[in-house]
Amino acid sequence: MSNQTDNVRIQKPFYKVLFSKFAEAGPLIALLLVVIIFASITDSFLTTRNMLSILKQSSAQCLVALGILLAILTGGNDLSVGSTLGLSMVIMGLTIHAGWNPYLSMLVCALTGAFLGLCNGLIFTKGKLPHPYIVTLGTLNIYRGLCLIITHGTPVSGMPSTITFLGSYSIEKIFPVCIFVVLLFYIIWWFMLTRTTFGRHIYAVGGNPAAARLAGINVNWVLTAVYTLSGLVSGMAALLLCGRTNSIFPTAGQTWETNAIAAVIIGGASFSGGRGSVLGTLTGVLLIQTTTNGLNILGMSSDWQTVFLGSMIILSVFIDVIRNGGFKSVKSLVKNNNKADVKK
Amino acid sequence: MQDNESVVGIVSPEVPLLELRGISKQFPGVRALDNVSIKVGKGQVHVILGENGAGKSTLIKCIIGVEKANDGQLLWNGKEIVFKDIKDAYAHGIAAIYQELSNVGCLSVVENMFMGHEILVKNTKNIVDWKAQRIRARHYLSEVGCDVDINTKFEALSMGQKQLIEIARAMERGAQLIIMDEPTASLSRFEIDQILDLMKHLRNNGVSIIFITHKLDEAKLVGDVVTVLKDGKKIGETMDIKDVTEKQIISMMVGRTLKEKYPTREHKIREKILDVEHLTGLKFTDVSFSLNRGELLGIFGLIGAGRTEMARALAGADEKAGGKIIVDGVEKHITSPKNGIKSGIAYLTENRKEEGLILIHDVVENVSLASLKSFESKMKALNLKKRSKISTDICKKLNLRPLLMKRNAMDFSGGNQQKIVLAKWVLVNAKIYIFDEPTKGVDVGAKTEIYTIMNNLLANGAAIIMITSEMEELLGMSDRVMTMYQGHKTGELVNDESTTEEKVMTLATGGKL
Repeated sequence: MSNQTDNVRIQKPFYKVLFSKFAEAGPLIALLLVVIIFASITDSFLTTRNMLSILKQSSAQCLVALGILLAILTGGNDLSVGSTLGLSMVIMGLTIHAGWNPYLSMLVCALTGAFLGLCNGLIFTKGKLPHPYIVTLGTLNIYRGLCLIITHGTPVSGMPSTITFLGSYSIEKIFPVCIFVVLLFYIIWWFMLTRTTFGRHIYAVGGNPAAARLAGINVNWVLTAVYTLSGLVSGMAALLLCGRTNSIFPTAGQTWETNAIAAVIIGGASFSGGRGSVLGTLTGVLLIQTTTNGLNILGMSSDWQTVFLGSMIILSVFIDVIRNGGFKSVKSLVKNNNKADVKK
Repeated sequence: MQDNESVVGIVSPEVPLLELRGISKQFPGVRALDNVSIKVGKGQVHVILGENGAGKSTLIKCIIGVEKANDGQLLWNGKEIVFKDIKDAYAHGIAAIYQELSNVGCLSVVENMFMGHEILVKNTKNIVDWKAQRIRARHYLSEVGCDVDINTKFEALSMGQKQLIEIARAMERGAQLIIMDEPTASLSRFEIDQILDLMKHLRNNGVSIIFITHKLDEAKLVGDVVTVLKDGKKIGETMDIKDVTEKQIISMMVGRTLKEKYPTREHKIREKILDVEHLTGLKFTDVSFSLNRGELLGIFGLIGAGRTEMARALAGADEKAGGKIIVDGVEKHITSPKNGIKSGIAYLTENRKEEGLILIHDVVENVSLASLKSFESKMKALNLKKRSKISTDICKKLNLRPLLMKRNAMDFSGGNQQKIVLAKWVLVNAKIYIFDEPTKGVDVGAKTEIYTIMNNLLANGAAIIMITSEMEELLGMSDRVMTMYQGHKTGELVNDESTTEEKVMTLATGGKL
C-alpha cells in the first residue's frame, strides 16, 4: 500500500505532464500553425492542389530523412545520402541506356543505394574509424565524383514510363503514387523501430554503445545494417526523384543531407543518439517543405528562405534545450531535488 | 640515489609541515571521513594504509581542495589555510600525483610539464620561452632518472615513466609536499623500485611525502610513519613504522565484527558448472578456478589485482590471450558479450552508469534489453504488452522504488538503478552470473535487498562469481573465497570459521599463509 502512495506522490503535477506532452508534440503543433498562418494570409496556399504538390515535391526528401534518422538514432550521421541518391540514379541510368528491363533497372537503383550504404557501414565498423561523419564525408565526395565521371556532367531526360510511374503518376490524376510509397516506407520504419528487436537495438546502440554491447547486442552489425538501410531509402528516393523530373542528372540530391538532418533534428531527435521518432521526422520534413512553399507563394527570395531555415533549426533545438532544463539555475535544481527527497 | 638509512626519522620538528585536525567529509548517505587528524613533518614519508574505500583518496582530495571538508582544519606550516583548488595547493607547494594522471596525451612531455605555468620570455606576458622550458625539463628528468626524450608524446609513455615525469614536474615547481596516491599500483617490478628509490631520494632532500598504498612491503621499505584508515576513521595513532609488524597493520586495516546484515541461505551446492583453465589476458595471468551450481565464489583483491579484467575476459567483454572456459563440460569460445550470454554467462559491470544502463531510456527498455528475443512473436514482432508486463513483474519482485516503468533510468537513485541492471540480467536466465561490485554506491537497505536477489538466483541453481572490495561483504556472502594480487591468483579458501579477514588480506597483498 505504502508503495502505491509513494508512486502517486512522485508523479508530476497535471500541468507539467500536459506541458511535456505539448513539447513532445511541438513540431506537429508548429506544422499546424504554419499551415494556419499561410492559409489565412494567402489564397492559393490551402488548396488540395497545392497541398498535394507539397507532398509530391517532398516525397524523395521524406525517404532520405528516414535514412538520416536511423544514423542519428545510433549516435552517428550519414552525410552521404544525397550523393548515394545521385549515384544510384546514375547507375540506374546506365542500365536503362543498356536496354535492361525497366523493372530490373528500378531494382538496381534501390540495391545500388543499399550497396553504397553497406560500404559506408563496413568502412566505419571494419576500419574502426572514430565517427561515421568521417566515413560519410568521404563517400559524399567519392559518390558524387563518380556521378560526374560517369555522366560527364550532363543530364539525360526522357525516361520509360515504367520508371517514371512511381514518381509522377497520379491516381485519378489527383493522388500521386509517390505519397503511398513514402507512406509505406514510413509505416515499415515505424514498425521496425518500435516493434522489432532490431529497432530497439538501434535505440540502445545510440543510447549507450558500451551497455548495448554488454547486453549482448552486436553493435557493429547493427551499425552496418543501419547504414545499409539508409542507402536503401536513398536509392528509393532516387527512383521517385527520377520519376518526378523525368530525367537523370548527376547533381541529383546535392546538399540534400543538410535539409534531411535539419528535418530529423526539428522532429525531436537527439544529436547524441538514442532519441527520435518516425513521426517526428515526417513532421520535420513537412514543416520545412510547407514553410518553403508558403514563403514561395508570399514571394520571399530563396536566399532569405535559406536564412529562415537556418534560424528554424537553431530555434527548434533551443526549445528542446529549454524543455530539458538547460537554463534552470543550479539553485532551482537543488530545490527540486530536495523537494523530491522530502517526498520520498 | 644512495639509500641513506641514517637520515630516517631524525626530522620531527615542532611545527609540522602539514597538519590536519579533525577532518570530516560527508557524502550523501556515506560518512567518507570521520574526524581524521594527521601530521606530516618536514622530510618525512607518511604512509597512509587502508582497504579500498577506507577514505584514503577522499582525504587527499580534501587536502588539495578538490573536495571541501565539512569539518576540520588544515594547517600549512602552522597556519590555517583552505586551498581553493589543486592549482592553489600547487602554488603553495603541495603536488598531488593521482592514480589517473591528468595529462594531455597528445602533447609532448615538455608541454605537459609546463602546462598552466609556462616559462615566459622576459618582459612578455604570453610568449613561451621554449628554450628555457626544454633546458629545465631535461634537467629535472635526469634528476628523477627518467630516460625519455622531452618531445615524446605523453600517451606513448609507460605508466612508470608518466609517474616519474609527474614527480619531475612537482620538483620543478619546488613542491615541499608530494602526495602519491597508489603510485605503484600498475607498474612493473623495475618501475616500482625506481619510484621507491626516488621517494627516498626526495625525502633525503627534505621533501615530505604522503604515500598512499595498500602494499605493506613498500610501506615498510620507504615509510617513516604510518597511519591506518578504515571506514573513514583513523585507527589508533600514527606510529613509527619500525615499531609495528605487518600482522599488526593488517589487523588494524580489517579489524571489525561481522554484522548480521547478510540474509541466510541454505547452502545447496550442486554439480560443477564452470571450469576456467589458465585464463590469461593483458592484466592477468594464468588464472584457474571452478564453480558449482548454487555456489557463490567471492573474488577479492586490491587495486591492480586484475579481478575485473579477468571477469570481463570470462564474459567476453574484453579479448583474452589464452586459456579455456568450460561451461557444463563443453568448451566455449567466448569472443563477445553476445557469445558470453549465449554460453550462459551474464556479466554485471562495476560501473552501472557507464556500461550498465541506458540512462536516457526508460525502465522497460533497460530491463528488457538483453532478452528482447524472448518477447518476439512468430512474425518477429515484439509483443510490447508482454514485455511491459514481465518487466514490471520482475521490477516489482526486486522492489524497485518508485515502480514507474516509464521513468528514465537516470532519474533513479543508485540502489534502484542497480536493481534495474539486476532485473535485466535476471530476465536473461543465465547459468553463471558475474557480479562486479554489485553494491558499490548503494545504501545499506538496498544492499540487503540485492543480497536476497543473489540468494534467490543461487537457490534456483545458478552460480555466482562476486567481485568485491568490501571484506565484510566478501565473508558475509561467499561460499568460497579466491584472492588475486597483481594479476595472479594467490589463494583459495573455503569460507568457514577458520577464514578470517586477516588471512584474506594477507593473500590479497601477496603474502603467504
